Amino acid sequence: MSPRAAWRLESLGFTEVYDYTVGKLDWMAAGLPTEGTNVKRPRAGDLARKDTPTCKLGERLSEVRDRVRALGWDAVVVVNDERVVFGLLRANELALDGDQPIAQAMRPGPSTFRPYVLAEEMAHSMVEHKLESSPITTSDGRLVGLLLQKDLVGIESSVQ
Amino acid sequence: MPKEIDRDGLRRMVEAGAQLVEVLPAEEYEEEHLPGAISLPLRRIDAEASSVLDKNRAVIVYCWDIA
Repeated sequence: MSPRAAWRLESLGFTEVYDYTVGKLDWMAAGLPTEGTNVKRPRAGDLARKDTPTCKLGERLSEVRDRVRALGWDAVVVVNDERVVFGLLRANELALDGDQPIAQAMRPGPSTFRPYVLAEEMAHSMVEHKLESSPITTSDGRLVGLLLQKDLVGIESSVQ
Repeated sequence: MPKEIDRDGLRRMVEAGAQLVEVLPAEEYEEEHLPGAISLPLRRIDAEASSVLDKNRAVIVYCWDIA
């Protein structure tokens, strides 16, 4: 739609016309602020736990498990130095043989969601797909936080 | 010919005074739009562009995504 708008403006005599072709989706996926009535509604990025533990591919599972459990968590996100998400370990993976590297134990390439997704949409999706937790990432794959299904309880029923 | 612009370019241009225009239907604009954007849906451009926008300043248009 925006290319047609840009060309039409030029034909109407506007001489300096730019087209942000990747649009609102790109802006929101980057976690940038917006304006409008939706701004008041909670989103995945608002509710994601920012203190979620992370680990690296080369770490040993037993060490990561000890650290994660000491923090009271049963999930950990595998990231690189740029916080790009490589994998996820939930309770099942954390319970595996501790003598293996994280790269072997993790669930690789987990589904991720963007921060702008409305909380009620997340609640619906996580219940439907039986996801206890979902990494929330920016469009370039960097971890924002881990969204827990239990943090969405009541969201669906509270929204008309 | 309109030029494509990326997110960083958009921010620089808006800071420098460019007009930012959402061309999606007005209802979508009401729900959510980029900071400082004005609403001029595609179908109203012919009738309203000249009165709503300044021809002497740069204009950046956007919709939802590349489609």
